[in-house]
Amino acid sequence: MSNKNINSTIKMRGKNVDVFYGDKQALFGVDLDIEKNQVTSLIGPSGCGKSTFLRCLNRMNDTIDICKVKGEITLDGQNIYDKDIDVVELRARVGMVFQKPNPFPKSIYENVAYGPKIHGMANSKEELDKIVLKSLKRAGLFDEVKDRLDDAGTSLSGGQQQRLCIARAIATRPEILLMDEPCSALDPIATAIIEELIDELREKFTIVIVTHSMQQAARVSQKTAFFHLGKLIEEGATEEIFTNPINKKTQDYIMGRIG
Amino acid sequence: MIDKDNFEISEHTSDAARIRLRKRYKSERIFKLLGQGAIFFSIGFLVLLLSTITYKGLPAFSYHFVSLPYDMSELKNSDEAMLKKANYDSLVRTAIRSQFPQVTARKDKKLLSSLLSSGSPVVLRNQVLKNPKNINEPINYEIPISDFADLYLKGQITSDSFENKTDIGEINKVKDNISITFENDIFVNIVTLVTKRIQSEALAKHETIAGAQRSLEKTILDIKHINNQLLSGNDVDIERLNKEKLHLENKILSLNVQIADLRVEASDLVIRSTLVGSNGDKITSEDPSILIYFDQSIIKANFVSSNKITGELLMPFAGDIPQKMDKWQLRYIDTAEANRKFSDQEIIWTEHLVEKGFVAKKFNWIFATKGASREPEMAGIWGAVVGSFLTISITLALAFPLGVAAAVYLEEFAPKNRITTIIEVNINNLAAVPSIVFGLLGLAVFLNFFGFDRSIPLVGGMVLALMTLPVIIIASRVSLRAVPPSIREAALGIGASKMQTVFHHVLPLALPGIMTGAIIGMARALGETAPLLMIGMVAFVVDIPGGVGDPATVLPVQIFMWADFPEPAFEQRTSAAILVLLVFLILMNAFAVFLRKRFERRW
Repeated sequence: MSNKNINSTIKMRGKNVDVFYGDKQALFGVDLDIEKNQVTSLIGPSGCGKSTFLRCLNRMNDTIDICKVKGEITLDGQNIYDKDIDVVELRARVGMVFQKPNPFPKSIYENVAYGPKIHGMANSKEELDKIVLKSLKRAGLFDEVKDRLDDAGTSLSGGQQQRLCIARAIATRPEILLMDEPCSALDPIATAIIEELIDELREKFTIVIVTHSMQQAARVSQKTAFFHLGKLIEEGATEEIFTNPINKKTQDYIMGRIG
Repeated sequence: MIDKDNFEISEHTSDAARIRLRKRYKSERIFKLLGQGAIFFSIGFLVLLLSTITYKGLPAFSYHFVSLPYDMSELKNSDEAMLKKANYDSLVRTAIRSQFPQVTARKDKKLLSSLLSSGSPVVLRNQVLKNPKNINEPINYEIPISDFADLYLKGQITSDSFENKTDIGEINKVKDNISITFENDIFVNIVTLVTKRIQSEALAKHETIAGAQRSLEKTILDIKHINNQLLSGNDVDIERLNKEKLHLENKILSLNVQIADLRVEASDLVIRSTLVGSNGDKITSEDPSILIYFDQSIIKANFVSSNKITGELLMPFAGDIPQKMDKWQLRYIDTAEANRKFSDQEIIWTEHLVEKGFVAKKFNWIFATKGASREPEMAGIWGAVVGSFLTISITLALAFPLGVAAAVYLEEFAPKNRITTIIEVNINNLAAVPSIVFGLLGLAVFLNFFGFDRSIPLVGGMVLALMTLPVIIIASRVSLRAVPPSIREAALGIGASKMQTVFHHVLPLALPGIMTGAIIGMARALGETAPLLMIGMVAFVVDIPGGVGDPATVLPVQIFMWADFPEPAFEQRTSAAILVLLVFLILMNAFAVFLRKRFERRW
């Protein structure tokens, strides 16, 4: 596929993506475009393949031995499953926040500084400090932790830990941020803070978020894709999907009839 | 109380359910009790083990040293070469003999010299050479007493008791012996002791008689059997049977004579046993020793009656033999002389040295600083400690990095396929291989193929490293696997390479577990004997090893060797060596706990 055919606002594009776990097929021919500086949310019942698709976007599925991906996923027009694609570079460009907050068992500072350090993004301690502070501020965590940057990241509350993970992810200045149910382990207040944060982050990053909460999808995303049994059933502008779904299954799910 | 009317019986509140619930609680209680019982049982055994070893081993850490005045006049003004060549043997002998001028017989002199360790000339020589200038001053050099004297002074050879007496006795010299007569029967106790011993001798005689009679009866039966055969007549070798018969008849004759003799002896003994009080009888080495202390003299009783005792002088009178004695002491040494390897004479001499203040109980620096020796008092643990340290260092240096690297590769990098599965299974199998097999391997590979020297810590360490490797690999893999996958994902998710993920995040988290496994493996290696026997680390090494290429032995092998030695003083040293080994093991485990705590806090 040549680059000319790609709409300039499309950051990533999945084309006919099949995913197999051993003999079991988890995704069936998914075509999905991720638009730049938009929040795309992936919804659907448990086991529908939305997380699998998300993990294909930065090749986290590589770590699972039995997992095989077919089809094409492009980032700025280049297939990320090409042989000459460096996974490390890809993951630096496509950051990820996981379902369960997973800060490193190191200090808050170290957690955020780790990415920039290994990618050599800072030439001096001052530069690194700057990146860390900026990331913490952008993740809305700085005011809460500014006096205890040397405390263990694991000593924070659940919501703070998740924001720390977001700060860690954005510290490497990725182009795309993948979020796998980032609020599922959090209380409503922490969820609200993170949702607000996602909205702010949209200016700089392209965000793909997997969520179980339809309200959350409606609140934070501009585009929504509904998965069911490994198939992409319907995608479109969030408003359209929630108010006027075309597919019957989408309708049922949104009305809470399947799930 | 529950209001019966409003109380609804449900599935979980019915009587049957209540009974089920009680049963559950009952089994819980039983389980708890069993668990507590098991723990108390193990603690009991542990305490028993530790207390026995401590009780037996602690005395070995102190020793009795003798500081006699030495006559160094001959060595005065001699240079170092002359000092090196001097006859320290005779110096030591002269020094101790000068304390006992009354000892003149050759045999006694030899016995007297044996009170000091046979290693004392060497010890004296070392002390003299250490400060050659000191010989011009009167210095009491400190040399170890003999092992039995030390055991005696520690109260491990016999118990004894003193009785103060004021009866007036009349002293006579009869040939070499001294006899003391009293008006009253004051030796009834001793007479009873001797009587009992004679009675038991008589009993033993009767048992011998019974045995002889049994053999007599059997011989008679045999003869009857032969007679029957002769009578039956057919197919028998008459000549051979007659010969045999004659032989048996002779045997009967001699047995009859033997029995008659024994009967006489037995009845003699019985008569003697009734006459000890009036006629007196011998005190033998089978009896507890009886000593009489009067003035400065000590008399060892060898004949006793109710009011009279005769004996030889173990320590002489200060002057002439007095005619009477009034204030004196009677001493019982409970273990019969025949049952110990330290005679009454040696006891008296040792006590004389103690009385004069020449003997002092000190920290046993010989045990703490020397290598192996055939003489228990010259044997030390330090050689084995150094050997163990060198061996374990080699083991750690080889097994830890290799084991961790293998584990990291297998767990994090290796593809999961048939070959890695086979390797995995075989590593687990290796961990279960008996340690002596590794010893054989070491013998075949390191000694025979590569041609390393025998008995050196380098080879010992390599063999133990082979043995410890699988343990470390398995422990490391378990702790690597225990690192939550979310940490790996977090690192990979921000673009860390596999190597960075492993070395920055996974390995540090797994390290406490890896170190615990490694130290447990090391502790096992430290206590290992069998494989080291195969590569010759049982060698008798006197010198302290100076490096990994010097012949050495290790603590458990030293324990094994000492446990084999017959001298009772080695028994103490064996227990003491076990204590040292246990202390090392406890220190290592404490270190493991410390490391784990430290790293856990940091991460």
